[in-house]
Amino acid sequence: MLEIGLGHYLTVAAILFTLGIFGIFLNRKNVIIILMSIELMLLAVNINFVAFSAELNDLVGQVFAVFILTVAAAEAAIGLAILVIYFRNRGTIAVEDINMMKG
Amino acid sequence: MIEALAFYMFASITVAAGVLVISVRNPVHSVLFLILAFFNSAGLFVLLGAEFLAMILVVVYVGAVAVLFMFVVMMLDINFVEMRQGFLQYLPIGAVVGLILLVELAVVVGGWHISPEVVAAGAAPTPDAASVTNTQALGQLLYTHYVYLFQAAGLVLLVAMVGAIVLTHRKRTGVKKQVIADQLARSAAQSVKLVKVETGKGI
Repeated sequence: MLEIGLGHYLTVAAILFTLGIFGIFLNRKNVIIILMSIELMLLAVNINFVAFSAELNDLVGQVFAVFILTVAAAEAAIGLAILVIYFRNRGTIAVEDINMMKG
Repeated sequence: MIEALAFYMFASITVAAGVLVISVRNPVHSVLFLILAFFNSAGLFVLLGAEFLAMILVVVYVGAVAVLFMFVVMMLDINFVEMRQGFLQYLPIGAVVGLILLVELAVVVGGWHISPEVVAAGAAPTPDAASVTNTQALGQLLYTHYVYLFQAAGLVLLVAMVGAIVLTHRKRTGVKKQVIADQLARSAAQSVKLVKVETGKGI
């Protein structure tokens, strides 16, 4: 219990990842919260990478985590930009109203 | 002992903040709890010995991404109360899916062991922390073996920046603006007219 190992970190990451999935289901109407849930999931993945990097004494996991961070930042920027122009055009961001591409 | 205490503190606050991110009513509070979660996972990273990543997490996530979220949440005029309708309706299915996923993850986490060959076959063994700092070791790896990937990451950021600007930039019509090129292109012949005014008469 007092000896913190890989399993502890993996458990935290698993709980965070599940919370992310749960958040997407719970806030199905609100795109902003869905984007935040995705950020939570990416954070969980990063914790996994860093935990394995520390456990296996291999630095590549941290390099990979840096790249995940980059992609997450890019994703957030683009996602929020799309959100802003969508709101400007339609006046809503409810997910069920986003159906213009439907045939 | 201290490490265990710190771990449990950071981990519990991270998880609690994660729960609050997805469950509070006000999205502004949601963003603030997201920031709390990021801070505490930065603490977890420090405990794991990844100091550089911890600081990057604070700078990039808290300093950039979370503030971006905050801007968007406050900029858009949205009725968030209406948006929460159906919250309880989606609760059971979400709980079921989350529970299944958690059980699966628990099975995966509980059911493996690391074979000794994997540890021996590490691509880039972490150098001794006493001689090389984490940041230095990461830089030595990133700028040599992974330099192409590093450049590709830069390109991803560039494309994201251009994309975000192109998407949100809008051309307004009917706005009077100073066009410096037009001003500089004017010649004296276009703009100055000499008029001979006779005495006692107007123009």
